[in-house]
Amino acid sequence: MAACDAQTGPEGSEAKASEPTSWHDVVLQMLKRNDIRLVPYVPDRILTALISNLHADPFFTTFPTAREEEAVGIVSGAWMGGLRGAVLMQTSGFATLANVMASLAIPYQIPLIMFVSERGTLGEFNYGQSLVCRTMRPVLDSLAMEHHTATRLDQLEFIVDRSIRQAITTQAPVALILSPLLTGGKVLDKRAPE
Amino acid sequence: MNTPANSSARNTRIMNRFDLTSRLIAKLKNEEAVIGGIGNTNFDLWAAGHRPQNFYMLGSMGLAFPIALGVALAQPNRRVFALEGDGSLLMQLGCLSTIASLAPKNLCMVVMDNGIYQITGAQPTPAATVADIVAIAIASGLADSAWAADEEDFERLVDRSLAAPGPTLIGARIDDKPGTGQTRRDPVQIRERFMLGLGVRQAL
Repeated sequence: MAACDAQTGPEGSEAKASEPTSWHDVVLQMLKRNDIRLVPYVPDRILTALISNLHADPFFTTFPTAREEEAVGIVSGAWMGGLRGAVLMQTSGFATLANVMASLAIPYQIPLIMFVSERGTLGEFNYGQSLVCRTMRPVLDSLAMEHHTATRLDQLEFIVDRSIRQAITTQAPVALILSPLLTGGKVLDKRAPE
Repeated sequence: MNTPANSSARNTRIMNRFDLTSRLIAKLKNEEAVIGGIGNTNFDLWAAGHRPQNFYMLGSMGLAFPIALGVALAQPNRRVFALEGDGSLLMQLGCLSTIASLAPKNLCMVVMDNGIYQITGAQPTPAATVADIVAIAIASGLADSAWAADEEDFERLVDRSLAAPGPTLIGARIDDKPGTGQTRRDPVQIRERFMLGLGVRQAL
């Protein structure tokens, strides 16, 4: 994961709250800034550091769910009860959400905030992942949903903070796609033999 | 009637969804939240008399318990009930483990089990002749799960749930009758009124 390390800085570097040094620090700080405390997820390799940091921080209630739409149901109920949440998932998990977005988040005007770790592009090794990735943006566009793809660390705070605030104030869902350009993505450890 | 499920050895009476829902609602004196699953469960919740703390789903089959879990986590001092059909729950069995793992002290799940997809033409569910929803719930970690033997037992289990120290699940075998009413399908108003009822919002 050399690209990831290059983006996120050396291991063990001290990240001050005001000077985040990695994409996952920025995401965590923006969740805090916007008082988003409930973070259910279906895990992804790329999200590992973010998930473990969320677990380590008592500000957050974070836990795995069996399916992504279950997590969407939970944060929807929580928001109606006055507790803000966001869902973490991988591209293939997003592909299971068309029905719940169309029948719950959008028509009930619920500010569903989703972080999608993007697989299927820029070095994907699993054909199925590359195919399902192609359905993500067409689904978002067909529902006229707000979505942004974060590719650069220097833009991440702006994208995440503004998007969360827009979702909440307009009561509309948003998908924030974390590109391999930002995270390093997932690659095969060894190159396949020629 | 759901003959296969009824022919099991269990000594449980076949009850009626609207009757049970009305009995549940009559016991709620502290602005408890109630989430009605898609179709008949929320139709009967609506027909039992609208309350400001009722939420009616119009789609998203299987998400009544996850939505109720979210409400329960957001408002730990309010009891939350969720009404779900057996077919709906089969769509999302994993949520039982999630709920068991989080163990909210204020969540009661009710499964209305007729073994059929009543609303689509009464086709039997794949579980109808082979599975036991309450046994599945217990095996998922929800130890306080029980079948209601009859209406009185259902009321007793609701009373217990109102004071239980952890999540509870009540299974009720019901008949094949359709829902009694028809919820007004206005999702924005349903959501806004629910939030008003939970004290999250003030009316304009």
